[in-house]
Amino acid sequence: MSANDVVIAGVGMHPWGKWGRNFVEYGVHAARAALKDAGVSWEDVQFVSGGATIRNGYPGFVAGASIAQALGWQGAEVNTSYAACASGSQALAAARAKILAGHCEVALVVGADTTPKGFLKPQPGERPDDPDWVRFRVGITNPTYFALYARRRMAMYGDTLEDFAAVKVKNAQHGFENDNARYRKLFSAEDVAASAMVADPLRLMDVCATSDGGAALIICSAEYAKKIGKANAPRVAAISTVTPTYASEVVEMPDIATDSSAIVDAQSYRAALPKKAYEEAGIGPEDVSLAEVYDLSTALELDWIEDLKLCERGEAAKLLRAGDTKVGGRIPVNASGGLACFGEAVPAQALAQVCELTWQLRGDAGARQVEGAKVGITANQGLFGHGSSVIVKA
Amino acid sequence: MSEATPVLEGWFTLDEGKPHLLGSKCQSCGTYYFPQMRGEAKFCRNPDCEGDSFDTVELSRTGKVWSYTNAVYKPPEPFVAADPFEPYAIAAVQLEAESMIVLGQVVEGVNVDALEVGMDMELVLEPLADGKLTWKWKPAAGASS
Repeated sequence: MSANDVVIAGVGMHPWGKWGRNFVEYGVHAARAALKDAGVSWEDVQFVSGGATIRNGYPGFVAGASIAQALGWQGAEVNTSYAACASGSQALAAARAKILAGHCEVALVVGADTTPKGFLKPQPGERPDDPDWVRFRVGITNPTYFALYARRRMAMYGDTLEDFAAVKVKNAQHGFENDNARYRKLFSAEDVAASAMVADPLRLMDVCATSDGGAALIICSAEYAKKIGKANAPRVAAISTVTPTYASEVVEMPDIATDSSAIVDAQSYRAALPKKAYEEAGIGPEDVSLAEVYDLSTALELDWIEDLKLCERGEAAKLLRAGDTKVGGRIPVNASGGLACFGEAVPAQALAQVCELTWQLRGDAGARQVEGAKVGITANQGLFGHGSSVIVKA
Repeated sequence: MSEATPVLEGWFTLDEGKPHLLGSKCQSCGTYYFPQMRGEAKFCRNPDCEGDSFDTVELSRTGKVWSYTNAVYKPPEPFVAADPFEPYAIAAVQLEAESMIVLGQVVEGVNVDALEVGMDMELVLEPLADGKLTWKWKPAAGASS
């Protein structure tokens, strides 16, 4: 245990699905599960760190408080973080910093999301200064970006549609064994090939859905962990929530263009995310037992494997084909089933990644268990310079 | 000159023969921007530059395909779709001088089967379904396939 570690005393999740219920309900369910798992009483929590949901009005912006109120106000301090898909990691970072500073012994970190009824229609009117308005106006959609990255992999590295389908097949096998997954169905390569093309070369089964869900952690100081008999529980060894460095290398949603690298060199944002995490944890990719990455599309999982330096750039499909990234293989990726089996619940997703690593490092992952798992790493990226990489050690 | 209205004012020249996208160039460090810097407070996003003055420049109108895809399903509003909806290709084109990649639809009649990473494209203007002009990418004459 290093001086910078905080202990993950408990984890809990509400299953992912699509019910449209109040996000607070999912958050409370996850929080109570994490408290029970930790053997910690809600009354003892000193800091509530929430991930915001921006589709649910004011209560969503102050999600930490909304969930604390539902659990019953008990005077704990509260913080709510919004960082797009990295909201959960930022919430974790806030709690971890408070504990390491000695200002708190035990914290609840929680994020939950739901799809409100009558999914928000864009406001009418012209908004030429809003990049998100502009790109839709000229016909650029969400899958456009993932499809561009996928086609680029095919052209640069020789990846094939069969490779992308194999990612879905693998993750479906993992998710099949995960009670919290929304989609628990085995798919064959033929199933993926038969699904409708959405944005060439990506098919419906290559892209992830949006889901309801909730995830929570109880984290604490090393001393507190000893007090509650959890001295040997998995610990957070590093959190990276770095922003990009100018100039962007790829076109990022919702932009219509990259930065110019005529004067300043282009940088890969995704590749920068785990760097700080590896340095902080004092490890390298060779020490990693398993990874949970943000598979917004099947092809993107392959990009992430290389961004995490689990192999050389361009080689990820080779690992996949060799079975290395399946549970039972050398370096399992998305043993949880990934976004392929969960869909995305923005403020909860980064925490769900950490929950999976925790179960794995405890040896509690059942049929998904990665044998001898000692070190796990997560990676995710959201819009507008938000992303994260978290390292958990046994 | 075209008499049709552009979908976005000031984003491109209206020369139907050889249109250019209009970008900005920082007067201090020379970095390019597309779309142009707009509004009261403009800041150069190069972290080592505090420039706040920009020139409007015509960007290169040719480049090479960085990647491509298509839209098989009608995009949501504010996109105005043709009825019935016809899928169209999309290209991400790398401009050499400005060292930037710009997205755009590909001209009607050219679908993904005709595209390849690395091929030369040029900028043209074509109307959207509502008649508004937009920039699109077109395989350059004599483009290697």
